[in-house]
Amino acid sequence: MSLINQNPSHMEIPYAVKPRPDTGLYNAKVGIWLFLASEVMLFGALFCSYILMRVNAPEGTWPHHWLNIWMGMTNTIVLIFSSVTVVLSWASLKMGQFKRYKFYQSITILCALAFLGIKSFEYHDKFIHYQVNLKDGRIFDGHLQSAASTTNQFVFKGRFIDKPEELYNPPLEHAEEPPITIAKSDIKIDPTTKQPMMENYGPWHNTYLAIYFTMTGLHALHVIAGCIVIFAIWGPLAKVWEQDPERYVNRVEVSGLFWHFVDLVWIFLFPVLYLL
Amino acid sequence: MSLKAFHIVFIALSILLSFFCGVWLLREYASSHHAAFLVVAILFLVAGVGLICYGKSVLRKLKHISYL
Repeated sequence: MSLINQNPSHMEIPYAVKPRPDTGLYNAKVGIWLFLASEVMLFGALFCSYILMRVNAPEGTWPHHWLNIWMGMTNTIVLIFSSVTVVLSWASLKMGQFKRYKFYQSITILCALAFLGIKSFEYHDKFIHYQVNLKDGRIFDGHLQSAASTTNQFVFKGRFIDKPEELYNPPLEHAEEPPITIAKSDIKIDPTTKQPMMENYGPWHNTYLAIYFTMTGLHALHVIAGCIVIFAIWGPLAKVWEQDPERYVNRVEVSGLFWHFVDLVWIFLFPVLYLL
Repeated sequence: MSLKAFHIVFIALSILLSFFCGVWLLREYASSHHAAFLVVAILFLVAGVGLICYGKSVLRKLKHISYL
């Protein structure tokens, strides 16, 4: 028997819903696993880069406690919870409970948005965090509160660093710091760029922040992509459930596999970047 | 591998992470004596036990679904 109907208007791709006899899987599942294999290579390369840079960093120069572990832990809990709701939504569909599926999957979407919200707050915190080299040789490390262009003064909340090691390994918890005003004229001028030596903790600051922003940024893009796919299946494509329920369940499963991969990457990213 | 199988692998790794976080926070508490570390450490250890129970219930409830 021919696999493809000869009438072009009724052409159907075989094994899009039913499993292939040789693999035992429907095509989309084989496809998503091949895609996830390529993703493993992508993130694997970045993890290897991180390990090599960290191992080869001169002693005492690899930062610790630069990231907010409480936010990282909250995001970990949010993503683990979202993987549970993905499975519950898929299991609900398998039992024909479409309303339950909608409910659980809406929680998944909310979790994804919560994760991105917390992550953007963390990024903002890094972009207003400055290291300032002063003319008297001291280093100031803190968060910018306000910058008055008329008076050429900056108001920070932070602390002066006595030893460079303190910059790389600050205490995990410290008391509320009072606001400190620094005049622009007190900041050392870079002899090559002729600019004040004041730089925020963006990806350009050092190797650690470069790899941190690369890995978490790429992961956040995956969260956004997963969120869009889950939302599309949940909302605009929900009518497929009435036309072809089996196909719809398969779509939910494939999107769930991708979501689990995204969560799994975070399970490794969190301890590596925040704790170790 | 089905979503069920991947979920079980994911939950197993989440259990390991929960216990790791719990122990890491207990070590931080031992060095800093901040009560927040102790409280969150206990929460993570309890969450680890909770995830074990959840994993068992997933295995029981989804036994009719294939691992493929």
